[in-house]
Amino acid sequence: MIKPAPTEYRFTVPRNLGAVFGRLRTPGPILWILPAALCVTLIFGYSIVDLVQQSFKYRGDWVGFENFSLVLTDPLFRIAIFHNFLLLFTVPILAVMSFICAVLLFETRKGMKFYRSAVFLPYILPIPVIGVVFGQLLQLNGALNSALRAMGFDSLALDWLGDPKQALWTMSGIIIWKEVGFGTILILARLISLPLETLEAARIDGAGFFRLHFQVTLPQLRPVILFYVINEAIVMVSWVFNYVYVMTNGQGGPGNATVVSELYIYRSAFQNKAPELAATSALLLLLATSVFIIGFFRIQRNINKGVFDE
Amino acid sequence: MNKKSTPLELAGVTARQLILILITAMAIVPGYLMITGSLKTQEEFLNSPWSLPMNPNFQGYSAAWNDQFPTWFRNSLLVTVSAVLFTIVMAATAAWGFAHWKWRGRDTVLGLLISLMVVPPVVLLIPLFTLGAKLGWISTFRMLILVYIGLMLPFSIYLLTNFFRAIPVSLIEAAEIDGASDFRTFRSVVLPLSGPPLITLTIVNLLWAWNELLLALVFLQSDEKKSLMVGITGFQSRYSLSIPTIMAGMTIATLPLFITYIFGQRYFITGLTAGSVKGE
Repeated sequence: MIKPAPTEYRFTVPRNLGAVFGRLRTPGPILWILPAALCVTLIFGYSIVDLVQQSFKYRGDWVGFENFSLVLTDPLFRIAIFHNFLLLFTVPILAVMSFICAVLLFETRKGMKFYRSAVFLPYILPIPVIGVVFGQLLQLNGALNSALRAMGFDSLALDWLGDPKQALWTMSGIIIWKEVGFGTILILARLISLPLETLEAARIDGAGFFRLHFQVTLPQLRPVILFYVINEAIVMVSWVFNYVYVMTNGQGGPGNATVVSELYIYRSAFQNKAPELAATSALLLLLATSVFIIGFFRIQRNINKGVFDE
Repeated sequence: MNKKSTPLELAGVTARQLILILITAMAIVPGYLMITGSLKTQEEFLNSPWSLPMNPNFQGYSAAWNDQFPTWFRNSLLVTVSAVLFTIVMAATAAWGFAHWKWRGRDTVLGLLISLMVVPPVVLLIPLFTLGAKLGWISTFRMLILVYIGLMLPFSIYLLTNFFRAIPVSLIEAAEIDGASDFRTFRSVVLPLSGPPLITLTIVNLLWAWNELLLALVFLQSDEKKSLMVGITGFQSRYSLSIPTIMAGMTIATLPLFITYIFGQRYFITGLTAGSVKGE
């Protein structure tokens, strides 16, 4: 692969007259980047500055850290954060399952296209749709339980979403069901572009299926798996609102069994009309997620190689 | 398997096939229930949720597609398509600005941009809502479109920058020697090479914007401005007595994504390996 050095931007003696006009008409990178830069600065820059301000105020007056102590002592906030923390345990499961699915698809010739589309199907279904369909499927007398009872597993026919003891785990199961397709496609795409020679060489040396994929394939897939893991960790901490909102009618129930930080923030702002407290908890969430920035910078160090590359 | 397989290998292959079939079945089941359910009567669904619809009827669809449903559908289409279009254009030009020129502070700006991918959308919710209220832009499409563009840009720029950097510099130099302006080079050399990543990005962004709920819930509050995802969230309680109607509504809501994916699938995998030009 050719790794080009980006063109140095400096004034050079143009090679011909056309290039002179070219330079004049396009004054370097600034114009190219400007529209996107303005939009990003407005949406992110403005918001984060305003968020910090709001979290130190109450009805426009400066109150110091009052909001923070209110939020941090709110038991519901702690519960919400704890639930996000629990959801992080789905990330390793997702990584392992995606890797296995990708390898299986890679090794299958017959029907690979069909399997691939099927495995990816959950990823393109809208979360509200998934929420509604699973909501029906998992009811006490829903399709899943009637199938379980028909097969004689009566004791497994649980009240999946109605019982606080397993509601969050049911939710995790649904999230895994949805997210595994993305990981599979991501890893499979990388797997297909790996140089075939190493795999063939290992095969000729007599490496079996497991040795081949754990000792030869896996190390080469590390960057893409790392990318997926960080991506999913961010999803679990900050992008599960949709599941919870749809499946519990915006309540995070039963009881508080599925309240997550996003729902807490949404409810503080729009149901309890306390935007300052919502801003404070949002700021705390932002600080918590900034841990993942470190992970992203590790990936960024590889940017010259390209994330999906080696 | 071109050589003769030992029984052990054969068992291995069979086991892998079985696992794949199991995984596939699990992936398909909810979609199956959704589509077959939409074609049944309420009674049929409750009695035998798993069976195929004996005499398919489309009453669920006509019941779902009335009232505000078409309006929601149009709203979602408008917001999603315009947000994704603007995002792709802005991201492609910005990525070219990052990839083609080396300027002081570039890597810092790029790093900052990448770190924005970590910011949870809910963090922006309250400041942007306050801003929207001040401008009187709550329940306007332009507000939501702007927010979506802002949120989709960091990842889009990142992906395209990665890809543009891997375009062989010889191709670009050749265009420049021929006297092409930067814009001309971008349009006639860079863009034609970037089909797969652009399509991938379009699909990923379409999926994201069409499915987004939290921001649509907050920024489009009036009934006639609701997005489809917000609309169908309330659908469940409204039609709780007619599951086929609910399932029909869900099927319609999924259809645009399904069609997009079918058309883009061919490019999707190649696009995800963006960053390496080899093999294309």
